[in-house]
Amino acid sequence: MNPLDSVTGTIISGFVLAVVLAYIAAQIAGA
Amino acid sequence: MEALLPYERWLHFLAGITWIGLLYYFNLIQGQALAAAAADKDGPGGAAITKYVAPRALAYFRWAALVTWLSGAAYLGKNFTGAFTLGIGQHSSYLTNIGFGAWLGTIMLFNVWVLIWPNQKKILGFVQATDEEKAKGKRIAFLASRTNTMLSIPLLMFMGGASHGLPFFAG
Repeated sequence: MNPLDSVTGTIISGFVLAVVLAYIAAQIAGA
Repeated sequence: MEALLPYERWLHFLAGITWIGLLYYFNLIQGQALAAAAADKDGPGGAAITKYVAPRALAYFRWAALVTWLSGAAYLGKNFTGAFTLGIGQHSSYLTNIGFGAWLGTIMLFNVWVLIWPNQKKILGFVQATDEEKAKGKRIAFLASRTNTMLSIPLLMFMGGASHGLPFFAG
């Protein structure tokens, strides 16, 4: 099932992606 | 050009709110409204939405997306390259964070103009398309729109976080 098929799945995916990208960004910036 | 920065940022916010506000309208309201209208056999149907509302909403949506990107690019100015290379090797949290936001916004602009709008033209009947093309286009436009809704969450985190700090960054 594609999480983007539901609004809830879309929002949860967005927050999960935000956490992952923030972690990667912190590693790149050396923060 | 430094004197223009506050105006470029202001325009970026206004256009961005218009764009993302309409994106949320499509994903949280219009899609569900059309589904409810289709399911309501005794109701008026969703034809008025697709004829009178959707084209106007899509016009503001796609042009606001372009203005958002252009005003953002103008605002980045001399930081444009540094942002799009994510500030790698520069130890700049600002460049890395605004760069992630810029990349997410660029992907979203691509989705609007390359995946959503051309397929919406088929769905709404602005261009000729077979029923099969319309069905395929509907799925592509839907997934691109949902992808943009998903991407808007980290996008706004990075845009705000670049100047005001990220929740996951130290200090």
